[in-house]
Amino acid sequence: MKLTYPHMGNAWIVIQALFNSLDIDIVTPPYNSKRTLNIGTKLAPESVCLPFKLNLGNYVEAAEQGADTIVITGGIGPCRFGYYGELQGQILQDAGYDYDVVILEPPDGSLLGLASRIKYLAGKKNSWPKIISAIRFAYYKSVACDRIEDLIHGFRPKVKEPGQADQLYDHGRQKLANAMSYKEIDETVRWVQTKIREYQAGLDTTIKPLKVGIIGEIYTVLDPFSSVEVEQQLGNLGVHVDRSIYLSGWVGQHVFQGLAQGYRSIKPYHRSAKKYLSHFVGGHGQESVGAAVKYAQEGFDGVIQILPLTCMPEIVAASILPRVQEDYKIPIMTLTMDEHTGRAGVQTRLEAFVDLLERSRQSKEQLTREDVLGFAGS
Amino acid sequence: MQGAKYFLGVDVGSVSTNIVLLGEDNNVHEALYLRTQGRPMQTIQEGLKILRSRIGEKAEIIGVGTTGSARQLASTLLGADVVKNEITAHAVAASRLNPEVQTILEIGGQDSKIIIMRDGVVVDFAMNTVCAAGTGSFLDQQASRLGIPIEEFGPISLKATHPVRIAGRCSVFAESDMIHKQQLGHQLPDILAGLCQAMVRNYLNNVGKNKDIKGPIFFQGGVAANPGIHKAFEKELGLEITIPEYFSVMGALGAAYLAQEKVGSHGRTSFRGLQVTETNFQARSFECKSCSNNCEVVEIGQDGITLARWGDRCGKWSNISSPAKDATVEVIA
Repeated sequence: MKLTYPHMGNAWIVIQALFNSLDIDIVTPPYNSKRTLNIGTKLAPESVCLPFKLNLGNYVEAAEQGADTIVITGGIGPCRFGYYGELQGQILQDAGYDYDVVILEPPDGSLLGLASRIKYLAGKKNSWPKIISAIRFAYYKSVACDRIEDLIHGFRPKVKEPGQADQLYDHGRQKLANAMSYKEIDETVRWVQTKIREYQAGLDTTIKPLKVGIIGEIYTVLDPFSSVEVEQQLGNLGVHVDRSIYLSGWVGQHVFQGLAQGYRSIKPYHRSAKKYLSHFVGGHGQESVGAAVKYAQEGFDGVIQILPLTCMPEIVAASILPRVQEDYKIPIMTLTMDEHTGRAGVQTRLEAFVDLLERSRQSKEQLTREDVLGFAGS
Repeated sequence: MQGAKYFLGVDVGSVSTNIVLLGEDNNVHEALYLRTQGRPMQTIQEGLKILRSRIGEKAEIIGVGTTGSARQLASTLLGADVVKNEITAHAVAASRLNPEVQTILEIGGQDSKIIIMRDGVVVDFAMNTVCAAGTGSFLDQQASRLGIPIEEFGPISLKATHPVRIAGRCSVFAESDMIHKQQLGHQLPDILAGLCQAMVRNYLNNVGKNKDIKGPIFFQGGVAANPGIHKAFEKELGLEITIPEYFSVMGALGAAYLAQEKVGSHGRTSFRGLQVTETNFQARSFECKSCSNNCEVVEIGQDGITLARWGDRCGKWSNISSPAKDATVEVIA
């Protein structure tokens, strides 16, 4: 058995850690690229969302390296993602790829089915205690990975030379991928923190970069290839990006059924969404609305929603967000991602959005100054 | 014209390249509207040549701003002091002309946008995303299908008595719908007026969706030259719409104003001089093979010296550029 899995941003670091510690043979497909997308587009139905197409491309590229089994999470609920494993398996079959697809989901809500599938993947050589300790380790790495990403988001708008943050990020991720123990993981996070402190020594700390919250569909938010690196682009424009959802937060909620919260738990979003959307609409539609409200309450300068074209849950959220925008007077922009790899369109919108935020901040500051002067004069 | 001083605003879009010379007196002295025809570098040089012949050798350019989809290219060629996206440029130009303006409708060749302003600040905007049905290119195509010059499109449509209903969702559907109506024997003015209404509906449903449209409203961009569209907008919105005098070059005008703001605060321009009309620029592109992104990198050179590179995601190429090119580096950084 040679196992493979689809890409989603940094998820490979975590998945690799899990299967490596169980001594299972895996193929990590090459990271999403134009080629991946071309292959996926050829095989996938035309109107399906971007993540589906990229997944298919990943499987084909993994098959080229000898993979024969796919592991993918499933889901129950109105987002089509729940069917992706099944559907992709059949499409691959028709295209002549003889893949065995293992879908990790709690079938009919029972954990027993999930357990049997995990055991199937892990094989006889791995005992349950060993499996659980491998999951714990991978999860720990996942939280660390999210933490590093968050640190980079804070660092990017403050770099002295362009590219400094990206280099550090790449280096940090590589170190983390290679970390074999809890201690090494902790050291990697500390190493990134120290580096950032060194780089920032002597810089003006009074400059407060604009803060923008990123919300939306998890795949496009987590996967920089799909979002044409929205977060990186914003960072380079001098914006401190904060993300509403992280891999470990999602895993904690969906795979561990809330037993672990992960980095940036998505639980509080349900409460903050309540006034606008009080029930589940599939995917993370409700979380997106809730996160927008939370960012508004925390005084963020703006919010950007990212979704793949045809993503129903996020379309529902997008139609509600104008009310949040109105109530809290916070600019919210929606970016729809599809096969276009051209960055120009997204870049123009991001630049204009940042201009908008800067100008509105300036005029707010001016107003407060005038107020102060007004009081002083009277 | 001894020692006249100007700010230069350049807007290089997919269809047109617009150049504006703004005087120190805040008046527009020259406004050029040229067709880009897929050759932005030559068009910019061509435009400057025309300007040079009009303003004379003594005139001085004291600030340069570029905008439009080829803003970066234009900035490299000219040595711009400020490089801004089209949305900000259009908003700046409109609010300088009328600080009260609350809505800007802009329809250009390949894109259309709406900008919502309050108290002179942009508070919301949108651009067309997946469809070109609401842009000037679509009107161009239909005009040439019907064999009428685009300039006459609007005036003819105003003669309509019963505009026909044409599907506006998609330019392909609109076209087949229009042919169908033609074959039924509808009059040309009615069909043209129907097209204008379809385009306005499409714009308001897509770009203008969820936007709080309030007066005063400015309508700018090349399509504002079409009185048929102007009328259709007023009818659909039930509000009066103003078309500013320099509607077709508002982006360039905004860029000139931005250059004025920028240079006003730091006082010296990085403009390369009007002799750029004679400079021989070379552009080449290559695919970087360093990683799986396979970015297409564009390199602009002059006499064997690399002026700038862009198109790479990681910064490997764009971070290396000759020290004279501060303006370009600033955009990327």
